[in-house]
Amino acid sequence: MMESVASRIPPFETFYVEHRDEVLGVLRKSLGGDRAEDAFQETFLRALRAYDRLSHGEHLRAWVLTIARNVALDVHRRTRPTGEMPELAHVDGLPAFVELGELTDGLPSTERAAVVLRYGYDLDYDRIAEALGSSPEAARQAASAGVRRLRTRTGRRAG
Amino acid sequence: MTVPADLDHRFRAAAARSGLLDAAFDTIDSPLGQLFVAVTDRGILRISFDSDPAEHLERIARLAGGAILRSPRAVDAARFELEEYFDHRRRAFDLAVDLRGATAFTERVLQELARVPYGHTATYGELAARAGRPQAARAVGMVMNRNPIPIVLPCHRIVGASGDLVGYAGGLARKVELLRLEGAIL
Repeated sequence: MMESVASRIPPFETFYVEHRDEVLGVLRKSLGGDRAEDAFQETFLRALRAYDRLSHGEHLRAWVLTIARNVALDVHRRTRPTGEMPELAHVDGLPAFVELGELTDGLPSTERAAVVLRYGYDLDYDRIAEALGSSPEAARQAASAGVRRLRTRTGRRAG
Repeated sequence: MTVPADLDHRFRAAAARSGLLDAAFDTIDSPLGQLFVAVTDRGILRISFDSDPAEHLERIARLAGGAILRSPRAVDAARFELEEYFDHRRRAFDLAVDLRGATAFTERVLQELARVPYGHTATYGELAARAGRPQAARAVGMVMNRNPIPIVLPCHRIVGASGDLVGYAGGLARKVELLRLEGAIL
């Protein structure tokens, strides 16, 4: 009914003001203090870089939180090259993510993010690519690799 | 968790520096009240006496693109020149203007408008004639009424044939105040 209104892309100012507090919260939880502030800037600059390419305004919260999570992962990779990936805050409150979240548990993080954003949120590969900091083609490959891995896993369980 | 003001400022400045913004805006203080000012890489896109950004952002997004952010730094050049103008230290603006979205006629009228000097007035008919359409005084009135960049494009200097001030989109009181500031009326 309100499709055209719901999917309109808000001006970046509106998007930024709506999500900045939550993004900083997520980043503080996974990175702490100063690193969170750098990651905050990087997150919204990545979002800004992709903003003109958005085709609709749905799931912007999931989108920006995924960007934040990937920025945080990049920071962890840089600072702890051999360390384990930390437990990062989840995008919660959205059924598709929760269901797919359980289903995709155990996938490599890039594949997992690609699968959830593609099939949970119906995002196109341009936007997934921006969230992952990669190309649309790499995002597509990550999603299909994730799906293949899931099929294999489900098949193995069934058999 | 609330984003601290200094982090917010740093992000907005970084965004303005990044070249990624389609437009930046801020509100600035003036003797005529708060002004909304929006700029692009081409120049000033909008000045309004209605200082509530919510009134402007959707329209600016349609004109320039959705990557719009409040950024005081991006609006500094406009802020300084307007401050000088209101402080009687500037009689002509060096700011570029971004007239995207204007029709050819509107653009021609606004270009002629920009040539009406500080402290002087012209009539709607005179401006129509200078724009090559001597019969179009009424249409020129409409263009003045919808002037996207008042003050810098001085529609306050355009008056009726009998010398009446006629009207001003920002309210007649502001027109009077601007003409007084320039010494065009007592």
